[in-house]
Amino acid sequence: MTATASQASEAPRVRTRNPLATRRGSAPGARSRRGRLAVQGFLALMALLWIFPVGYALLASFRDYAYTAEHGYFSFGGFTLQNYKDAWAQANFSQTMVNSAIVTIPAVLLTLFLSCCVAFVVARFSFRFNLALLGLFTAANLLPPQALLIPVYRMFRATEVPFWFSESGTLLNSYWGLIAVNVAFQTGFCAFVLSNYMKALPRELYESAVVDGAGVLRQFFQLTLPLCRPALAALATLEVTWIYNEFFWATVLLQSGDKFPVTSSLNNLRGEFFTDNNLVAAGSVVIALPTLVVFFVLQKQFVAGLTLGATKG
Amino acid sequence: MPRPATQDEYLASLVPDSVRGVSRRTLLRGALGAGALLATPSLLAACGGGNGGSGGAATGTVTLGSNQSDAVPKAAVQKVVDAFQKANSGLTVKINTIDHNSFQENINNYLQGSPDDVFSWFAGYRMRFFASRDLAADITDAWKGLSGMSDAFKKAATGDDGKQYFMPATYYPWAMFYRKSVFSKHGYEVPKTLDELRTLGAQMKKDGLVPIAFGDKDGWPAMGTFDQLNLRVNGYDYHVSLMAGEEAWNSDKVKKVFDTWAGLLDLHQPDALGRTWQEAAQTLQQGKAGTYLLGSFVAQQFKQGAEQDDLDFFNFPEIDSTIGSDAVEAPIDGYMMSKRPKNEEGALKLLGYIGSAEAQNVLVKADPSVVAANEQTDTAGYTALQKKSAEFVKSAKSIAQFMDRDTRPDFASTVMIPAIQEFLKNPKDIDGLVNSIEKQKQSIFAS
Amino acid sequence: MAKYKGINQLSGLDRVVVGLMVVVPTLLVVWLVWAPAIGSVLLSFTSWDGVGPITSAEFIGLKNYSDVVSIYPPFWPAVRHNLIWLAVMFLVATPFGMFLAVLLDRELRGTRVYQTAIYLPVVLSLALVGFIWQLIYSRDQGLINQVTGSTIDWYGDPRYNLWAALVASSWRHVGYVMLLYLAGLKGVDPSLREAAKVDGANERTTFFKVVFPVMAPINVIVLVITVIESLRAFDLAWVINKGRNGLELLGTLVTSNVVGEASRIGFGSAIATMMLVLSSFFVALYIRYIMREQS
Repeated sequence: MTATASQASEAPRVRTRNPLATRRGSAPGARSRRGRLAVQGFLALMALLWIFPVGYALLASFRDYAYTAEHGYFSFGGFTLQNYKDAWAQANFSQTMVNSAIVTIPAVLLTLFLSCCVAFVVARFSFRFNLALLGLFTAANLLPPQALLIPVYRMFRATEVPFWFSESGTLLNSYWGLIAVNVAFQTGFCAFVLSNYMKALPRELYESAVVDGAGVLRQFFQLTLPLCRPALAALATLEVTWIYNEFFWATVLLQSGDKFPVTSSLNNLRGEFFTDNNLVAAGSVVIALPTLVVFFVLQKQFVAGLTLGATKG
Repeated sequence: MPRPATQDEYLASLVPDSVRGVSRRTLLRGALGAGALLATPSLLAACGGGNGGSGGAATGTVTLGSNQSDAVPKAAVQKVVDAFQKANSGLTVKINTIDHNSFQENINNYLQGSPDDVFSWFAGYRMRFFASRDLAADITDAWKGLSGMSDAFKKAATGDDGKQYFMPATYYPWAMFYRKSVFSKHGYEVPKTLDELRTLGAQMKKDGLVPIAFGDKDGWPAMGTFDQLNLRVNGYDYHVSLMAGEEAWNSDKVKKVFDTWAGLLDLHQPDALGRTWQEAAQTLQQGKAGTYLLGSFVAQQFKQGAEQDDLDFFNFPEIDSTIGSDAVEAPIDGYMMSKRPKNEEGALKLLGYIGSAEAQNVLVKADPSVVAANEQTDTAGYTALQKKSAEFVKSAKSIAQFMDRDTRPDFASTVMIPAIQEFLKNPKDIDGLVNSIEKQKQSIFAS
Repeated sequence: MAKYKGINQLSGLDRVVVGLMVVVPTLLVVWLVWAPAIGSVLLSFTSWDGVGPITSAEFIGLKNYSDVVSIYPPFWPAVRHNLIWLAVMFLVATPFGMFLAVLLDRELRGTRVYQTAIYLPVVLSLALVGFIWQLIYSRDQGLINQVTGSTIDWYGDPRYNLWAALVASSWRHVGYVMLLYLAGLKGVDPSLREAAKVDGANERTTFFKVVFPVMAPINVIVLVITVIESLRAFDLAWVINKGRNGLELLGTLVTSNVVGEASRIGFGSAIATMMLVLSSFFVALYIRYIMREQS
C-alpha cells in the first residue's frame, strides 16, 4: 500500500457494502420485501422512540410554566421564549460558556498533542516498555474519578504556582489544574486509538525519510501528523464532547462561582425553593447545543472517532 | 516568612537579602520599600492586617463568599453590601456567590483552599467545628461595640475557647405552620398537647385534608421532626448531649422518640421520600394540607400579600407535661471570617456592619421570611409572621439549632440522613435502626 | 525496514526527543491518575478527616473496611444496585445495541437518519440526561403520570427509581454500543459472508457462526466498556437525588463521604479502593487481551 493510497482513504482499510444488504429495486420476492419493510418499520419506530425525550424537552422549553402547571402538558398554548431568556440570565450562560471554552479548547489540543507523541513512539519503535506504557495509559482512562478526588485536590492545593499563572497562587481553583486533570484522563484513550492508527502507516514512508537523514522530530511533524489528520479530526470531535460534558472535576477543583463551566451551572436553575421544569428544559437545551452542533456538523468524524477506537488498524 | 497571600507580598519576597538588610525591622521595611517600587494601590491594604494596628480607616477590597444563590436572598445581600460600601468609602466588597448546595458540600475544601475573607455559615456545632479546627478566625473585635445582640446570640456565636467566631445575621424558627383561613373554615383549634394534635389530625382526615404535610427527599427536613419530638419527649438538655454524641442512640429514651413518631406517621403525608419540602409546602399553600412542620422560610412558597398574611404557626405541642414546650428550634445564619483573610481589618468592619441593626434592617426588608438577630432592628416593617416569630424565639427558654448544625456534620449527613429515610420506609424495626445508628456513632465520634 | 530495535541506534538528538515524547505524557498521567490512586488506597487505612496536613492522619488499619462492610447500612444495597446496573446493561442494553447495529448494517433506506437518532443521546452528558428524563418521570408534571394518570413517583419511590434511572442510562448506552458494533460490522471481510451464503447459511446462522466470532475484539471492547461504566455509574444517580433512597451506588457513596461537609476521607477512600480494585480487575483482563492481540 503506497502512501498516496493510504492518504486517499479515511481509515486505512477497505470498506465495502455488505453483500447481504438487500438493495432497493432488486427484491427477489415478496417475503424479503415484507421482511425489509418490517425491519425498516422497526428501526423507524426505535429512532422515533429514541429521539422522543430530547424532542419533548425541546417542546417543554418553549412553554410557559404557569400555563403548563394549570393545563398540563398536553394542552396547546402558552408558547414563549421567556424560558430561554430566564435560563440564560439565571444560569449566567454568557460567562459559563466562556469558562467551558477556556477549559475545553486547550484541554483538547493538549490531549491530542501528548497522545500523538506517545502513540508515535509506541508505533514507530519497538521498545520493550511499549506494551506496559500502553497499558498504563489505557487503564488510566478507565478508573473511577471519585477514587482520585482527595489526593488530587490536596496535591493541587500544595502546588504553588506564580500568581500570573493562577490567581489563587496554587493549582486549585485555576483553569490549568482542571485542564491538566482532563488531559491526564483523556490521553489514555487517544493514545491507544492513535497508536493503532499509526501502526497501520506503511514502513516505506519512514524508510525514505531515514535515508534522507530526517531525525525523529522531522518524521513526526512532517510525515506522521499530516497523515493522521482524519484520526485527529475524529478524536477532536469526541474529546470536545467529552471534556465539555465533564461534570465531576469541574465542581470539585473550582471554587469561585464565576469560574464554573456550563455543566455545573445547571444547578443554578434548580432553585433552592422551586424547580420550574420548563426552565430547566430550556437550560438543558442551551447546554446541549454546542455538543449537538458539533455532532451534526462533524457527524462523520464523530462516528469515525468512536470506531477508530473499536477496530484494530 | 509565611506563604505570601497576595501578588505584592510575593513580589516583595523576591527582593534579595542584601537589599533588605539584616535586622527584622529593616527586613520588613525593605520588603515594603521594594513592593512600593512596584507600587499597586492595594499594597497598603494588604499590609494593613499585619503591621501593628494602624487604627485608621480600613481600605481595599474585602471578599465575601455567599451561599445565597437564589434571587431574593442574593439581592438582599447585594443591598447590604451596597449600604456598607456607601458608609465606608475606602472599602469595596467583592461578592462571590456560589450555589447554596455546592457551597455547603465544598466547605471543607473551600476553607482549606483560598477562601474569601468573609463567608456565610451557620451557628452551632458546625461553627465550633471549624473554629476548633483552626479554619475560621477569631472575630471578637467585630463584636466590640456592637449593640443589640442578646446574650443568647452571643453564646451561639462563641467557640469552645470563649472567643467569638460568628456574626449572626438572621434566624428562623421551626414550628407547625397552618393557613388561618383553612382552620377557621373547618373550625379547628390550635392543639396544645399531643393528644389534641391526634384528635385534630383525625378530624382533618375526615375533612379530606392531609393533617401534616411532609417531604424528605433532600434528607434534612425530617431531622426537624426528630428534633421537635426529642425536645418534647426527653427535654432540651438530653437533646443537646445526644447531639454531642454523649448519649447512646439505642437507649430507651431515643426509642421512645421513634415510637412516638411511628405512631404519628399516619397523620403525615405519605410517600415523603419522593417529595421535596417545596412541594410539601405547596400542598399547604393549596389548602390540601392542614399543617406543616417546617422553618419559617416556608413563607417563600406563599405569594406576598394576602396569602402570606394567611399563614400562621403554633408551637409544636407538648408531649410530657413535666417537660412542657418551651424549647424552640431556631437555626441562626450568619457570617464568619476565614483564617488568613487578605484584608482582615476590612473583613472585621464588614462583619461588624452585618451584625448591626442598620444592615439587618435591609436584610429582613428584602426577605420577609426570616427575622433579624439584632434586637434593635426596626420591627415596624415586620409582617405579622415576622413579629410572631421574633416574639416566639425571644420568649423561648432554650434554643436548639437543628440536627445538622448541632452535631458532627459527618454523623448528620452520612449516618442520620440514611437512617431517618430508612425509618420512614420501615417504621417497624426501631430496635435494628437505633442499634445501627449507635454503632456508627461510636465509630465516628471516636475518630 | 529500518524499525529501530533499541534506543542506542538513534542519534543523540533523536534520543532526547523520543525521551521527552514518552516521559512528559507519562509523568502527567502518573502524577494525576496513578499517584492519586495509590494515595487513595493509602488513605483508606487512616481515619483522616481532610483537615490539616496529611501527616496528621491516624493509621487505623482495616477498621474502615470492616466498618463499611458491617455497620454502614447503604453499602450492601449499593453493591446490589451496581450489580443490577451491570446485569441490565449487560443483558439488555448491550445486546439491544448489537441487535440494532446488525439491523442498521443492512443499509436500508434511511439508515443514516435512524443511526443519528439513536446515538444522539451519547453526545449529551449524563447530568443532562437526568434532567431531560425528569420531564418524563416527575410525579406531578411528568409525561408518564400525565398519560397514565398514575401517581407513582418514578424518581422518588425506592421500588422504581433504580429502574427509572436504568431506562435513562440504557437510552444512552444502547446508542454507544450500537455505534461501536456497527463499525466493527463494517470491518468484517465481506468474503466471509459470501462464503457463508454460498454454503446456504441463512442470516441468523451467518451472524452467530461467522460474523460474531470474527468480531471478537469488538465484543471484548463492548464488554469492558459495559462493565466499567456500570461500576462507575454515578452522574445520573447523583443528579436525581444524590444517591439515596434506592439509588445508592458505590460511586455516590464515595462522593457523599468524601465531598462535602462530611469529609470522612479515610472511610470514603475505603469504598473508593474497593471500586478501584474491582475496576482494575477488569482493566487488567482487558490489557492482557490487548497485549495478546498485539504481540
